[in-house]
Amino acid sequence: MLEALQFEFMRNALLAGLMASIICGVIGTLVVVNRIVFLAGGIAHAAYGGIGLSFFMGWPYLAGTVGFSLVAALVMAMVTLRLRHRADTVIGVIWAVGMATGIILIDLTPGYNVDLMSYLFGSILAVPSADLYQMFAAGVVILVILFFYYKGFLAMSYDEEFARLRGVPVGLLYFLMIAMVAVSVVITIRVVGLILVIALLTIPPFIAEKYSGSLASMMAIAGLLSAVFTYCGLWLAYSANLTSGAAIIMVAGAGFFASMLIEKIRAATRRKKNQQTANAGSAPP
Amino acid sequence: MTDRAEEEPAIDIRRLWFSYNGQVVLKDVSLQVARGEFMAMIGPNGGGKTTLLKIMLGLLEPDRGEARVLGLPPKKAAPRIGYVPQDVHINKEFPITALDVVLMGRLWKKKGWGRYSKEDRFKAHQALDQVQMGAFCSRRIGELSGGQRQRVLIARAMVSSPEVLILDEPISSIDTRGQAEFYDLLKALNESVTIVMVSHDMMALHQHVESVACVNRDVHYHGAAEITDEMLDMYECPVEIVAHGVPHRVLKSHK
Repeated sequence: MLEALQFEFMRNALLAGLMASIICGVIGTLVVVNRIVFLAGGIAHAAYGGIGLSFFMGWPYLAGTVGFSLVAALVMAMVTLRLRHRADTVIGVIWAVGMATGIILIDLTPGYNVDLMSYLFGSILAVPSADLYQMFAAGVVILVILFFYYKGFLAMSYDEEFARLRGVPVGLLYFLMIAMVAVSVVITIRVVGLILVIALLTIPPFIAEKYSGSLASMMAIAGLLSAVFTYCGLWLAYSANLTSGAAIIMVAGAGFFASMLIEKIRAATRRKKNQQTANAGSAPP
Repeated sequence: MTDRAEEEPAIDIRRLWFSYNGQVVLKDVSLQVARGEFMAMIGPNGGGKTTLLKIMLGLLEPDRGEARVLGLPPKKAAPRIGYVPQDVHINKEFPITALDVVLMGRLWKKKGWGRYSKEDRFKAHQALDQVQMGAFCSRRIGELSGGQRQRVLIARAMVSSPEVLILDEPISSIDTRGQAEFYDLLKALNESVTIVMVSHDMMALHQHVESVACVNRDVHYHGAAEITDEMLDMYECPVEIVAHGVPHRVLKSHK
């Protein structure tokens, strides 16, 4: 593995993986505790419409895709706030229409033939340095916003109604959160692919939630787990010559099932121990 | 204490109408709750209890009529109201300690968004001690029992020193043995705050409850005297009276 580090593409891959892990750990924590995984998935897929639009109009990839995803995300957020019981249907529609728009726009773009697979699973081994700077900037902006509004995000995520009563601008923070999800998804999509984005947004925070005493520590643990999964997956892909994105997801998936198994065993031993103490208590002297 | 009659009532609702999707939920409702009172709101599910409570909190706007809390529109009175929501709506897996939950009660928009001050933390510990949960301050909220969690939510509501405490079905998550203790706690808090408590119709009415409002599209208020005569004596049970099915059965029929 060490000899691989002399290649620039490998160094970039490790850096990109680390930054994607931190962004996904932080944003994924908000996604998981606010139960908007489906919405995040919708944004990730609708972003494909933005990719198509950028190619068709000849806009720079980032501006077009971020713009399109932000609009799609804000429509979804508005629907979630206003028509809660219909939100999943509307998100499903935007999800599908966004993707179809992207594919048709690329069909209509002369001379271009973009590989859909590379956006589904990403191309972490082909990250240009320019993308690293964009990810770094997005990561810093997200961390700064979270630092300033941490208490508000915490209160909104835990108990939206109470937060509203304490004067927390819940509507504003909700839109801000959705916008951050959209930007994070777009920024990491080209690197790790939209399927991996959803995996990194959900699996590490899900595992981290059980071992965290606060939202901040959940973000930190999720980011760390995410980095471990990414690096193990990269190593696996490098040594067994597999598709990197899929390898990372398989490692994360293995982690997911392992954590469920550990949780089951822990619960069983706890029950056993309780039973033993109960028996010991009731046994005659 | 000052004469209650001279003050504005804690809650004053006059000729209030509310409809949801064209369906009238509250019809020409009037209700006054005096300062220092301990009132329970009962009624069937969908009868409008929670709607009325959310209007008192300023989370919903009535179609017609007026609601005033402490003489102010509910939104203006919000910092002086403590609210204990229904336990079932809260995510029990959430990674947060009891202390951090209580600190949320110290949030207020004028105070900025930085760290909690020393005073905030002191007040939060004090509020936890007040509900006998001081020893549990660094426990995760999901590790606590239903009754303990309810106490933490009360500490969160009380940490801002409110004048009115509003609770939404607080006893549904507490086992029968814990309920008596829970009412004693509310009674102790009632020394300093007005209490409005929502319960579903299969409720236990405790002797500490001074008045009852039956909410089912319209509101019927039953004062202290009526409860004593009709409810406590009739059922020969000073601790709790369970009204199975129709709650009005234990009260005088509405005139």
